[in-house]
Amino acid sequence: MKNSAVINPVAVAGSAATLQTLRFSVDADGIALVTLDRQDKTMNTIDLVLINELAGVIARIREDADIKGAVITSGKDAFLAGADLFDIEARLYDNLGRAAADMVEETYTLNQLLRPLEVCGKPVACAFNGLALGGGLEVGLACHYRVAADGKQLQFGLPEVQVGLLPAGGGTTRLTRLLGLQAAMPFLLEGKAVGAQEALKAGILHAVVPAAELQANAKAWVLANPAAKQPWDTKGWKTPGGAGAMAPAVAQTLVVTNAMLQAGTQHNYPAPLAILSCMYEGAQLPIETALRLEAKYMAQLLADPVSGNMLRTLFVNKSKADKLVRRPVGVPKRKHSRIGMLGAGLMGGGIAMVAAQANIEVMLIDRTQEAADKGKAYVAKRLESAVAKGRTTRDKADAVLARIHPTTDYAALCDVSIVVEAVFEDRAVKAEVTRLAEAAMPADAVFASNTSSLPITGLAEISVRPGHFIGLHFFSPVDRMPLVEVIRGKATSDATLAEALDLVQQLRKTPIIVNDSRGFFTSRFFGAVVNEGVTLLTEGVKPALIENASKHAGLPVGPLTVSDEVGLDLAVNVAKQTAKDLGDAYQPGSSLAVIRRLVEGHGRHGRKNGKGFFDYAADGSKRLWPGLAQAFPVAAAQPTATQIRERLLYAAVVDAAKCMADGVVTDPGEADVGAVLGVGFPTYLGGPFSMMDTVGLPQVVAICDRLAAQYGERFLLPPLIAEMAAAGETFYGPHARTQFRAGA
Amino acid sequence: MMTEAYIYDHVRTPRGKGRPDGKLHEISAVSLVSQTLHALRDRNALDTTQVEEVVLGCVAAVGEQGGNIARIALLNAGFDESVPGVQLNRYCSSGLDAVNFAAAKVMAGQAEMAIGGGVEMMSRTPMGSDGGAWAIDPQVAFRTRFVMQGISADLLASLHGYSREQLDAYALASQQRAARAWAEGRFARSVIAVRDVVGAVVLDRDEHLRPDTTAESLAALKPAFHEMGTKYGFDAVALQRYPEMERIEHLHHAGNSSGVVDGAGAVLVGSLAAGQRAGLRPRARIRSFASIGTEPTLMLTGPAPSAQRALAKAGMSTADIDLWELNEAFSAVVLSFMETMNVPHEVINVNGGAIALGHPLGATGAMILGTVLDELERTGKGTALVNLCVGAGMGTATIIERVS
Repeated sequence: MKNSAVINPVAVAGSAATLQTLRFSVDADGIALVTLDRQDKTMNTIDLVLINELAGVIARIREDADIKGAVITSGKDAFLAGADLFDIEARLYDNLGRAAADMVEETYTLNQLLRPLEVCGKPVACAFNGLALGGGLEVGLACHYRVAADGKQLQFGLPEVQVGLLPAGGGTTRLTRLLGLQAAMPFLLEGKAVGAQEALKAGILHAVVPAAELQANAKAWVLANPAAKQPWDTKGWKTPGGAGAMAPAVAQTLVVTNAMLQAGTQHNYPAPLAILSCMYEGAQLPIETALRLEAKYMAQLLADPVSGNMLRTLFVNKSKADKLVRRPVGVPKRKHSRIGMLGAGLMGGGIAMVAAQANIEVMLIDRTQEAADKGKAYVAKRLESAVAKGRTTRDKADAVLARIHPTTDYAALCDVSIVVEAVFEDRAVKAEVTRLAEAAMPADAVFASNTSSLPITGLAEISVRPGHFIGLHFFSPVDRMPLVEVIRGKATSDATLAEALDLVQQLRKTPIIVNDSRGFFTSRFFGAVVNEGVTLLTEGVKPALIENASKHAGLPVGPLTVSDEVGLDLAVNVAKQTAKDLGDAYQPGSSLAVIRRLVEGHGRHGRKNGKGFFDYAADGSKRLWPGLAQAFPVAAAQPTATQIRERLLYAAVVDAAKCMADGVVTDPGEADVGAVLGVGFPTYLGGPFSMMDTVGLPQVVAICDRLAAQYGERFLLPPLIAEMAAAGETFYGPHARTQFRAGA
Repeated sequence: MMTEAYIYDHVRTPRGKGRPDGKLHEISAVSLVSQTLHALRDRNALDTTQVEEVVLGCVAAVGEQGGNIARIALLNAGFDESVPGVQLNRYCSSGLDAVNFAAAKVMAGQAEMAIGGGVEMMSRTPMGSDGGAWAIDPQVAFRTRFVMQGISADLLASLHGYSREQLDAYALASQQRAARAWAEGRFARSVIAVRDVVGAVVLDRDEHLRPDTTAESLAALKPAFHEMGTKYGFDAVALQRYPEMERIEHLHHAGNSSGVVDGAGAVLVGSLAAGQRAGLRPRARIRSFASIGTEPTLMLTGPAPSAQRALAKAGMSTADIDLWELNEAFSAVVLSFMETMNVPHEVINVNGGAIALGHPLGATGAMILGTVLDELERTGKGTALVNLCVGAGMGTATIIERVS
């Protein structure tokens, strides 16, 4: 709704009318029925067309003396959504460079529609036949009565915070007035969505009835309540639980919530603060002033690049990846029902579990029956804990377990459609199992390696069918991490890629496609951050400062912590292997000396042997090793956390730029999704390519030049970025460059 | 030329436990501070028409403590209607600031005689009752990175590397010194008995102190701010400002923090001429005073710079101060002050402090000023510096010189 704040109500005449987005009729009792049912889309979404038609309906209801009240419902499966993927993507760049003050009017438009509905003087009931998230629920909140059908698929929530926005159709204001500040917080600050029964219990709905009774129930209420008014429009009404600094419950809640939000957002995400401010300030104001304030806080968020970054990566590009938009055309869809899993360790067990949960039979193969059984036992333990926590039922868990078949016999692979290999990270071991598997598996089945560090093309050299060989890099823990990095080797065929993507989709994970390279994309990209963090120790930076600066930058864990988790000895081994592989071309990372000192000088391998950068206590707690100060003397002058944040983030950005220039990644959106979902690059930045666009490419070049001059070659950007900057190109939006690799 | 301001007399009530079972709980705030005003008047046969200002500190100035308790209490106390009154709030140092503002009027030649004091009945109007934007308004809390003062205390202790044992040892000393002071009647001149509506004494000595405190009994107490810091995000907020710290060690507890209590105090201040006219002998001269602000998240670092500012204004150095009286908000506050200013424990808070006796927010500043003046007189020492750490990072200090 860019620049268009003017509502032009569409005239709605007669006892029945069909408009573009809704149907209107008045029955013999004088009750108007408004059925939202867009003719131009598969989902009901809110845009100016719908608003103009709904405005016309509201005017008709208000002015026609024969109309006693109204019921609003939907003719589609879902009730109403705020916007769909296409709307959002189309609007992503509308607000670039606009000032908040200039966006308030258009942001207020939905409020301008709904407030007259609320005070039209006649009872309006909202009959939720389907899910209502965001704008859909906001329409309902402006009605005097809310009844829902008791279907399992119904969800109610205001998830805007999850994409860096706030419910700006009156949802923030009305939910606070309905439930009180404290009760409204989980819905507004976390975007929590609930089913019909929970929404009823929470006080969001007035009633839940069988679907067949929905409209009758709504109509009966309208007839029985001719003088309907919102609670907050009733004389003497007060916000439940109080409002303002002098209400003790409010004060107590806010003191704590203010701190928890700061701790959670690290001051990087503006939406939770904007929402909380809206709630606190708005509850003390008359509703119309509060609604206007809501639009102002929303305008503030729209003017901030954070929400655009989150929407683009977490919603638009993730949805595209989930829909497999880059799946090679012409390859028939492969439905995987039996797969092979080589290696029953942590990763093998995890992959087996998610596959079995996706109704796939898994042949879980390991060197010994004991080892294979142990893998299944690990899955059993995870399922047991889920049953205990009420997250699944005993029956479901048993069914999942029954689909996992531990064995040592490669013959079990005779009818699988794909084999995933997750054995020890050693070429010889991998070669052996690959040979055994390829001898037993069907010729048209895919062979996928879950290696995290060995280039696919090299591994594929021992394959008898390198066209069928591909990398599927899962992340640990497999059941919780949404990303799978799909790595094309030089010989990988289109069909193989397509079928591997099909598996990822069946597992309900998000794939990104990368071309083969050492460290693929995510490992080397994140490795650059860790390398930079550890390198800081050699400059005398305090270890606590490194870890804290990292958290303040929005990274989920600090570089020293993650190094310990992954294993310092593993890092040394990988470095040795890489040196062997690359020979003279090998360049050790700037942090390798630090890691080697700890491993070889002090026998510190990380969490696994209780000591790394940290000392690990029996109860799981950890403290920085006091010996670090001797090994790496602390400098008198320390950098600021902001300076460290810059180095950590730009180390990642430079590596991402190199990946793009070298053709390891070919699509910035996909790469951003991988960065954010795979290795925890901060979502407020949207990913490395979003970050470059946000900062501005000329500025990125200047910063990296400075960092390279001060700290080393690793900050040198590929020429691509300066080229783009000179041409006024960006990674996204109206000036997006379409081709990134020279000659590609 | 500047007029000198002198302290002629001071009184304070004993501090009652700041809970419904505290002995002062039944006394209203107005009544309590009225009794201190009565005492000042009666002990000095004061013609109250000569009093040109009454300034009272009171922090939770709402409900019965609201509506400018100074003017109302003085009317309630039967002071002449011509006496104006004003309540002020600089959080924990309000009582001392009240004296400072009263003295400032005298020194500026704009009042001849004034009273500065304070009252806080924490059992009746709890701390925080007055709301305020700092912690509550999300925009403000975010911008200023508010944390609760217990977290600030633990942060201060962690920055200085104090151990639990060190903090507790300081607290033990406070208890021992307070017990000794009471036993030896060191407070006798200035603590007035508080009476109820029928004139019976409800309390005549400080209630909060625990003379039987031992190192073991202190060691058994659980840190009070651990959950607040780790579960409710306050540690993370503090570390956003102090990222060089790995973590905050939570070491403060009820036994090494100031006690929640009820109390009131009042100090009579005037020019030499006014005192002579009233037939009063001056007990001390106010040399200088100063307030300052420091980083509000760490909050408790106001005492050293405010002391240095007051010293500079008086043309003095730390070597010129005989006795120090720094409010014991938390053990770490005093330990860090001693360390920063190089003040030995022997000459600071020699008769115990708020850890043993309690800290009635708006009154304490006036009360500890009186305490240290009594000690100067008892020992024949010359100068004292009184100061307090204050919410939002402030500090207020006053330097006095015994003259009697």
